Amino acid sequence: MSIETELADLVGGLPDGMTEDVALGTGLADGYDLYESAIGHVAVTFNPKGVSSVDIADKAFEDRFVDRFGRKLIRAEPPSAWGRHIPAAIEAGRPGKLPVDLRSVTTFQADVLHRTATIPKGEVRPYAWLAHEVDRPGAVRAAGSAVARNPIPLIIPCHRVVRTDGHIGNYSLGGPGIKHDLLEHEGAHPDWLEGLASKHIRLQGNTSTKIYCHPTCHAIRRSKPENVVDFRSLDEAKNSGFRPCELCRPC
Amino acid sequence: MMKEIGHALASDLDGAFPTVVEEMGTKIYWGLRRLSGNHQEAEDLTQETFIRAYQALSGYDRARIRGMNLQPWMWTIALNLGRNHLRDRSRRPTYVELIETGKPDPELPDGQAWDRRLSHLNGHQKMAVVLRHVVGMGIGDIAESTGRPEGTVKADIHRGLARLKQIIEEEA
Repeated sequence: MSIETELADLVGGLPDGMTEDVALGTGLADGYDLYESAIGHVAVTFNPKGVSSVDIADKAFEDRFVDRFGRKLIRAEPPSAWGRHIPAAIEAGRPGKLPVDLRSVTTFQADVLHRTATIPKGEVRPYAWLAHEVDRPGAVRAAGSAVARNPIPLIIPCHRVVRTDGHIGNYSLGGPGIKHDLLEHEGAHPDWLEGLASKHIRLQGNTSTKIYCHPTCHAIRRSKPENVVDFRSLDEAKNSGFRPCELCRPC
Repeated sequence: MMKEIGHALASDLDGAFPTVVEEMGTKIYWGLRRLSGNHQEAEDLTQETFIRAYQALSGYDRARIRGMNLQPWMWTIALNLGRNHLRDRSRRPTYVELIETGKPDPELPDGQAWDRRLSHLNGHQKMAVVLRHVVGMGIGDIAESTGRPEGTVKADIHRGLARLKQIIEEEA
């Protein structure tokens, strides 16, 4: 056999996993891995741009991902640069050092979601607050849709957004029961919040500082119980001579 | 075949790119495998070549993609990455990667023997012989991807083959 023929025979098959690795590296497919969370196993998907979704790790999650994002899904390790921060981000309910891929939503929706990510653990804010925070006070309904479309629940803590009347409201990742449990787990006392909402109490003030807050704001929660007064509206708080808290910026 | 792939890429980059990996990946991997003599390195370089190629193609318009000579263009990327890789062997790609499941090294029975023989050639000769006879590229395409004149490429191949012949005779 000639040298040329022998050299031409030095071609075997494509190495295992090459097609998948390239699909992941180019972003034509997302990788996923499974993680523990307060509500059970979740599937976290990621690509070179960041974490792209969080969903309940049931049998249909891959189909839901493909339907929504139009990309394939491959079991993989997250990028070494930030993958190790995923468990902490799930536990804290805050992206922290994790890049998030919000290409699947509009710029407005991404603004709302970035703002949602700043709500502290153990606290909640109403949809109207989000609309205010992104300088679109009239867009309460649109802010609600943005939260409902949150592709990265738990890490972007949309469970900390409640109805403007104070009721807990619905939750995309498994319904109101799951939202209640998550808030309970985080120390936001959902039953107490529901109680306030049914009495139409939306804000609380401190009679000594003359500052009013959202009821879960840590500033008002640290106040002596005998100093706390209830307000049904912004006007009621203002007319009583109170000013808004700079931490929770009630609206 | 390359022309058809080029047309498919021009009309639907995302849809056709996996086919490019299937069609061209084998030759690129095995060419890099003989050039580097190392499975892991060849695998990483092949993967990175495709990722760079995809990123570049994403920025090109249809006419440019349709008019491209894909194989030498892809090898220009691969050889550049290979040179950079030699400079910094410690680097690892930061891309999303498959969980290592002990993926097998697909080495061929004669692979190591040929790596040993090829290691006696100088760099230009080795590259020219591998691209011509393992990958199966034409002289013009090799000249394009290596940036060397066609006459020089021919001479490299000729001398490289002569050296290999001599080495094999010495083995016997």
